[in-house]
Amino acid sequence: MAQALLQFNDKGIYCAAGDFYIDPWKPVDRAVITHAHSDHARWGHKHYLAHHLSREVMYYRLGDISLETMEYGESTTINGVQVSFYPAGHIVGSAQVRVEYKGEVWVASGDYKLEDDGLSAPFEPVKCHTFISECTFGMPVYKWRPQAEIFSGINDWWRLNAEEGRTTVIAGYSLGKAQRIMQGLDLSIGSIYLHGVIANTNEALERNGIRLPPAERITADFKREQARGGIVICPPSAVGSPWMRKFPSVSFGYCSGWMAIRGAKRRRAADRGFVLSDHADWDGLIEAIGATECESVCLTHGSTASFSRYLRELGYDAFEAETHYGVEDDEAGETKVEEAV
Amino acid sequence: MKDFAKLFSDLDETNKTSEKVSILKDYFMFVSDADKISTLALFTGRKPKRQINSTLIKTWAMELAHIPVWLFEESYQVVGDLGETIALLLPEPMGSQNKSLTDWIAEINSLSTLGESEKKAWLLDAWDSMDRQERFVFNKILTGSFRVGVSHSLIVKALAELSGLEASVLTHRIMGNWDPAVFSFHDLMQEQDASEDISRPYPFCLAYPVQETSDQVKSAEDMETALGSPDQWQAEWKWDGIRAQVIFRGGEIFIWSRGEDLVTDKFPELHRFISELPDGTVLDGEAICFSGNCPLPFNVLQTRIGRKNLTKKIMADSPMAFIAYDCLELEGDDIRSMPLRYRRSIVERIHAENAHQDIFKLSEVVSFNSWQELYDLRLRAREHVAEGFMLKRSESVYQTGRKRGDWWKWKVDPLTVDAVMVYAQKGHGRRADLYTDYTFAVWDGDKLVPVAKAYSGLTDKEINQVDHYVKRNTLEKFGPVRTVKPGLVFEIGFEGINASSRHKSGVALRFPRILRWRHDKKIEEADHIEALKAMLA
Repeated sequence: MAQALLQFNDKGIYCAAGDFYIDPWKPVDRAVITHAHSDHARWGHKHYLAHHLSREVMYYRLGDISLETMEYGESTTINGVQVSFYPAGHIVGSAQVRVEYKGEVWVASGDYKLEDDGLSAPFEPVKCHTFISECTFGMPVYKWRPQAEIFSGINDWWRLNAEEGRTTVIAGYSLGKAQRIMQGLDLSIGSIYLHGVIANTNEALERNGIRLPPAERITADFKREQARGGIVICPPSAVGSPWMRKFPSVSFGYCSGWMAIRGAKRRRAADRGFVLSDHADWDGLIEAIGATECESVCLTHGSTASFSRYLRELGYDAFEAETHYGVEDDEAGETKVEEAV
Repeated sequence: MKDFAKLFSDLDETNKTSEKVSILKDYFMFVSDADKISTLALFTGRKPKRQINSTLIKTWAMELAHIPVWLFEESYQVVGDLGETIALLLPEPMGSQNKSLTDWIAEINSLSTLGESEKKAWLLDAWDSMDRQERFVFNKILTGSFRVGVSHSLIVKALAELSGLEASVLTHRIMGNWDPAVFSFHDLMQEQDASEDISRPYPFCLAYPVQETSDQVKSAEDMETALGSPDQWQAEWKWDGIRAQVIFRGGEIFIWSRGEDLVTDKFPELHRFISELPDGTVLDGEAICFSGNCPLPFNVLQTRIGRKNLTKKIMADSPMAFIAYDCLELEGDDIRSMPLRYRRSIVERIHAENAHQDIFKLSEVVSFNSWQELYDLRLRAREHVAEGFMLKRSESVYQTGRKRGDWWKWKVDPLTVDAVMVYAQKGHGRRADLYTDYTFAVWDGDKLVPVAKAYSGLTDKEINQVDHYVKRNTLEKFGPVRTVKPGLVFEIGFEGINASSRHKSGVALRFPRILRWRHDKKIEEADHIEALKAMLA
């Protein structure tokens, strides 16, 4: 039997024919990157290929790297293997990587969602023989509501807090979720204040031509009383820190797909949990996989055991692959292990 | 039902007591009196009887959601709550409804006369008219698993603020045997107590622990500093039975457990002495197994609790007695506001006048002249089959609920063993989708033999770390249980140990819990089964 076009080895997703890796977790010579989250775009590769909207964030996060960028729909040939990018809808610059060699097509989707968030280019299904998919929320209890509904909940909560003179603090990942929250906010209620990490990320995105709503960076000499009535966006790592506690009368909300489950919400001890995710929900995963018309599905991270079993019952050749995704700072890695040993 | 579902989610969205009280007040001002009583009933554990068993509810939910059994079970593992799992899995509703909480409870209660197919049609219609939050709350009520993170004292506080009645008066009025279908909100809120319920118990007075854990052992000097002179205190052994209130009114007998369950029929042997109490007597004490003059360990009592049928053999094997320590009502008068030393003299008199002293015991007052003396006695509590001491201020009134200051429990330090975690299982509720329930083993030769299951004692941070370890060190999966590579050692505390033929290890630990994670110990340093067997004696 011929070697599979893409294989999982100890460094990442490897294409032997083209001698390159997709989202490798150990240093390699040539890395094709689906998106700039740190569990997918890691430090230490000799050469990177990514979507051009990932450029500035990757420079900001990884420093002076050798980076080549490409547009959606564009393709390049690496050692005779055709590589092209299609929108994944996960965050700004996220791409599905289509790999074609001798008529065989594989798509490595990285992380994706189907709903158009208004910031990232909306997900486009790509026909392939084998689809490499995440399944962070690959259980049928995860079903998202439209984002307009979630944002109206967030704005109602913010408005009420502002009327009662409280500071609204909302947590979401610095790349992706933070910007998505920003553009869903009703700025007639008040002003947006940003944690430094998010402000840095936004500046990188703006250098890349992304336009974001006006917001103020919280610097060391920021008068915290000023945030009363406004909304502060911070990364999950700042939750419960002295930095957050110093704001006056805080009402704290958490934005994540995990908030769909009451137990997870109560564990966070958040005043509010908003079910807003940059990953596909159960129906989204099944729809996306169906639209690729693939025969085989490889599940990289999330509820891989349950979801692959379900796909096999639907008639797919579905299998799990062991990867290092979903363990860094993106929602997939947020599970419950942030403080783990 | 919409209001009630909203109340439930509003309460979920705050962790602050003051906000919870204000949410409850807003709700009570807004809804009908019937819904107020229905809500009060649910919040105080008076659930409607379960009319459809959970297996059927599950089966119908799976049909509707078009998912296989295994996937439903795995979803349940992730969510950790059956009612919520179903609410999340059902398809979007086609309709809506405006029935009140009281209407729905009445419908649930009327199901008993229906056949299975009628019940199914009713349930499918109900689900199809509710949004996710309504379904969740409805499922919880329907499956008899309704619980809410609001204490009785909080709901009483809200009602007290609304009505101007004393919280302790309301706490007393919402106790006992009332039926939400009959008891009205008007009855509850009257200036004078309108209840004719002769079974109604008083709220139990509860003690605070002197020391929370064995880490913080209190010395005799600490006790002197905290509690003052010993002569202001009455010390009694703390018995390891079931706290109970015995009532004799109007010629009728009632026995209530501390969890507000009416357990009169569980202890028929005790009726003999109760029926000869003066009419209008309420005693507080301990229901406990006794042989001759010696109390028996809790596991003897455990064998009969929960039995539907008390056979002659069970009654012979677990002979009951009642140890009285307080009198709350004398000749129909509430004497809870009298000082303890007075109430004590009453208990002694009632006891002396009763002919059945074989089953009616008096809690012995242990005399002591210094805290050091009591400290030394406490170390020998196990010889008296006691858990330690109860300390009660002689001048104190009988308080409502747990109040700091007058009643303390000073328990003996737990027995301990160092054991290795070998199995893990996901928790429920707040611990859903986290491995929080563990089985621990000790060495038997070169094998690890399980001796205890425990799921409390770790901090949230430690739970996350153990969860992380479990996920990366799973040897095998059996349904929800994972066999874990032995690697983590914990100090397990427990209250007692008994020989057991049902357990492979040959021993059963009473009330095991995790005292601390022994990061400093390797698994080879965990205890051997011989160490536990030596404690059996």
